[in-house]
Parts: sequence; structure tokens; C-alpha cells
Amino acid sequence: MSEDAFTSYYGRPVLKPPVWKALDIAGYLFLGGLAGASSVLSAGAELTGRPRLARGTRIGAAGAIAVSLVALVHDLGRPGRFVNMLRVLKWTSPMSVGSWILSAYAPLAGAAAFSAVTGRLPRIGTAAAMAGGVAGPAVAAYTGVLLADTAVPGWHEGHRELPYLFVSSAAAAGGGLGLLVAPRAEVTPARRLGVAGGAAELLVARLMRARLGTVAEAYETGRARVLMRAAEALTGAGALTAALGRGDRRLSAAGGAALLAGSALTRFGVFEAGMTSSKDPKYTVVPQRARLRTG
Amino acid sequence: MTQRMGFFTDTSVCIGCKACEVACKEWNHVPEDGLNFTGMSYDNTEQLGADTWRHVAFIEQRKPLAEQEPGVDHEGPVPPLGAPPDAAPMTPMAPGEGGDLRWLMASDVCKHCTKAACLDVCPTGALFRTEFGTVVVQSDVCNGCGYCIPACPFGVIGQREDDGRAWKCTLCYDRIGDGLEPACAKACPTDSIQYGPLDELRERAAARVATLNDAGVDDARLYLADTDDGIRGAGAFFLLLDDPEVYGLPPDPIATTRDLPAMWRHAALAAAGLLGAGLLAFAGRA
Ligand code: SF4
Ligand code: SF4
Repeated sequence: MSEDAFTSYYGRPVLKPPVWKALDIAGYLFLGGLAGASSVLSAGAELTGRPRLARGTRIGAAGAIAVSLVALVHDLGRPGRFVNMLRVLKWTSPMSVGSWILSAYAPLAGAAAFSAVTGRLPRIGTAAAMAGGVAGPAVAAYTGVLLADTAVPGWHEGHRELPYLFVSSAAAAGGGLGLLVAPRAEVTPARRLGVAGGAAELLVARLMRARLGTVAEAYETGRARVLMRAAEALTGAGALTAALGRGDRRLSAAGGAALLAGSALTRFGVFEAGMTSSKDPKYTVVPQRARLRTG
Repeated sequence: MTQRMGFFTDTSVCIGCKACEVACKEWNHVPEDGLNFTGMSYDNTEQLGADTWRHVAFIEQRKPLAEQEPGVDHEGPVPPLGAPPDAAPMTPMAPGEGGDLRWLMASDVCKHCTKAACLDVCPTGALFRTEFGTVVVQSDVCNGCGYCIPACPFGVIGQREDDGRAWKCTLCYDRIGDGLEPACAKACPTDSIQYGPLDELRERAAARVATLNDAGVDDARLYLADTDDGIRGAGAFFLLLDDPEVYGLPPDPIATTRDLPAMWRHAALAAAGLLGAGLLAFAGRA
């Protein structure tokens, strides 16, 4: 990209970078994905009679989504007005749609975990876990649209890939959690989901960068590059360890932890690359100029 | 909706006096946001934002627009640019060796897009479209989620730090409701900022750009006057004398919300994929 000459106004960005804080928002992207995929696992565990896996993933999902909600409210400029999120439902606003998805999902995750911890209301707990298993993927997937529906080149140019990247990353994280909490007899589905998710995460991340064209540079410079590289290494190592560590409780757990860390780093990397791409006018001007040239 | 109202900012007559910036701040009680010296020509305001709703850009270029000819009479028609000085009764500008500097000035503002990404993505409904076709934030509703800020393809709307909410130009919603023109347009001494019904402004702008092009100012072009661009045209559009990016404006802005149907489809497929993969993981022997 550096070859292309372009003009700008004193090198100033055309866009305003997001005011979101990395810890809140990238953290939420990770935790929301973790919660969503964990809920899928807990529903499957419910259906196939795997009580320990079910219990661990229910608690994990509720914990992750609880922290997510705190982070989301904390990130608002006016936290006291968070209820305004539910003032309207707008399909054109992924944040509005997401708020409604979360307000349906979070109570389900909470009820499922409550029942798992206290042993009370088992039927309601099971029903909530099943419904949460259906709602969970929506939580994991919509966040891709949340980022892509902005003028931030590093995110919008990846609008076809981000939802797949995020659900893959979620599957890796959910599987990773399952690997940590399930006993040997119950762990196989978590291992499969984690390994498949990790592999898909690596693949889609590559594919996305290949299709981003000039904007891919935002993923390959500075902090974003470090984060994406580290994510790749951890996810790859985690998936391998989890796959090969069958039969070894400790190896499995290590693989699970690496998958979780890799997933988190992917989210922080994508967040950071978006920030980079919004702060440098070349990411806005050069692709737009190219678009005008090709018509 | 009553008639759609807007701005036509003709930068070819801007003298960089910043009366618009001042009038806007005064009328709208926009707080002070730093008295800086930037070294960017006469621009010490830097960019639009929560506390800058009009921003005058200054660009110095090694590009002669024309040479000034003093001491000529003002009778008769203005000759086309390029006519030799002695052949013309009045030659405000003629090409020549002197004046190897072109100083562009342009007052930027919220575009009040026809398809406004900020409005589309606002989850609270704080941003809304008025009866004048303008885009306004209701500050009593905004919860400072910040989504509108990276959504705007022009980097117009910003967050006020001590207050947490998003702020931008209202096209003086309070004034135009009373039949007054916005403060910036009122204050502009050269009529670089023109306010009125959008249809009329578009006609006037087309005539103006034709005049300039005929006079030899080939650089003159309209920006965001077209209704088939990525934001389906702006309520506040411009006559520029160089490429938009020279002024810090995006050359081909789009409201990314136009890709939402595709994005939601991908998200739905991705979610189904996660559910399917999760269930598949339980299939077969453990
Ligand atoms: S998208 Fe930007 S330029 Fe368009 S109306 Fe919103 S704030 Fe103004
Ligand atoms: S910051 Fe305010 S105006 Fe902007 S999208 Fe959020 S609620 Fe709407």
C-alpha cells in the first residue's frame, strides 16, 4: 500500500476512531463468544447425559456473560442510561439487535447456572440451558456485524468474514472451557468443538487477511500484528495439544487454556487492527480511490 | 416532512475568516475545546468533533490559481480566466508566473446524509431525522454508546469527554424551526455558506460550478451533490477546488449500513454453523 501515493489533510484521519475501550469491548467480544459457544455445549451435554460438562459450561457461560454485561455498561459514556438500549428495536443497528439478543440470552444463561449451582428448579434449569443453547450462537455471531457495520476499514472491509471468524473463535473458546471443566468420560465433544473451532479460526483469519487487500496492512503492523501472531500461535498450539492429548487430562486442559487465550487474542487483535485502520487516512483514501477508478 | 433544507458550501469564495466557527459556538453553546497552535496553515481547529461543528480547513499549495492584476476598472463583463490582461476591462485573476501559491479554504460541517450511517446504527433512537430532513441527536436520550462515531464515514460526530454523549451539528434545528437561517450561514460574510431548500441549492450549485468551469477553473467540482453516491447525496454539500481528500474528506464515502442485509445473512449462517458444529460434536461415539 505504501507504494500508492495519496493525499490527505495534513495526515489527519478522515474518520474518528472508535471511543470504545479495548478491555471492555474486545473483552466483551471474547467473553460473549465464550458464553455463546459454552451454552451450545451445555445444551448438547444435557441431551447426551454429560452432567459434569453441562454444569461446567453452564456456569462458565453465565459468568462470561455477566462480566460482559458489566463491561458493556461500563463502556457507555452515560452508564446510568443503559436501559435506553431497549427503548427501540432497530434492524439497522447491530448494537440494538445485540442488546435484545443479550437481554433474551443472559437471563437464560443465568437461570441455567443458578439451577446447576444450587440444584434447585432442575426443570427450569434444563429448559433454560436448552434455550440458551439456541440463543448462544446469535450472541457469538452478531458481534461480527457489530464491528463490520462501521466505516472502520479494517472491520468493514472484512464484513463477509468477521461473523465466521468470530463464531470460530467462540467455538475454540467454548471447547477450550469444556476441556478444562469436563472429566475424561465426558470431554470428547468439547475437544471436537475446540479443535474444529481453532482450525476454523486460523483458516478464516488467513482468508480474511487475503481478501482485505490493501487494508490487510492494518493487521500486519504494530500491536495488531503482535496480537494476531500470538493468537495464531496459541490457537494452533492449543488445537494440536487438545487433539493429541486425548487420554491425558493435563494435556487436554493445557490445550483448552491455549485455545481460550488464542480466542481472546484474536478479538484484541481484530479490535486493534480496526483502531489502526481508523487512525491513518491511507486506509480510507486509498481503497476509496481504487473503488472510484474501477467504478 | 416539510421541504428538505440544507447547506451549499461554496468553498471558492471562502476567505477563511472563521465567522461560521464562532457563530456556531456562540449560538449552540458549544464548549471551548482547546486553543491550540497546530502549524497547519491558519487552521487551529483541526477537525470536526463533539465541540467543533463548523471547521474551516486551510490548504496551501504550490499551484498557481492565477495572478492578481491591480488597478483595473470594474466596468463591463468579467472576462474568462486566461484572457490576456490588456484585452480585458477587468482581470481579477489571470494566469502568470507570480502567485505560485494557492490557498484553499473550506468550511466543513456535518453532511446530514440522505442515508446516514450514524442515525442507522444508533441503538437508542437518540439520533433522528427531523421534518427538515436533517439529522439531529437528542441529548436527553443518548447514552454515550459511541456507535455513531466510527459509523460516520466523515468522522463528524464525536463524544464530549466530560459528558459522555455524542454531539454534532444540528443544522440549527432551533433556528430553522423558527424560519431563521443557521448561525453559520447567517454569519458568513461571503455567502460561502448558503442555506435553503435542497432542490434550490442544488440548482444554484450546478450553475455556479458551470460558471467556474466556463471561466477556466477546471478544478471546481461538486462534492456530495449526487443522489446516487454511497450516502445517496448529502443535505450539506460542497463546491471544492481539489480532490476531497485534500480537504480531509473521503473520496467515495459509503454508509456501511447499506451492506447490512449481506452482513446479517453471513451472521445468521455463522450462527447456524456454530449450532450445527456444536451438535455434531456430540454425534457418534465419544
Ligand atoms: S453520518 Fe456523519 S456526516 Fe452523515 S449525518 Fe451522520 S454525522 Fe453527519
Ligand atoms: S452515542 Fe448516543 S447518539 Fe451515538 S449511537 Fe450511541 S446513543 Fe446514539
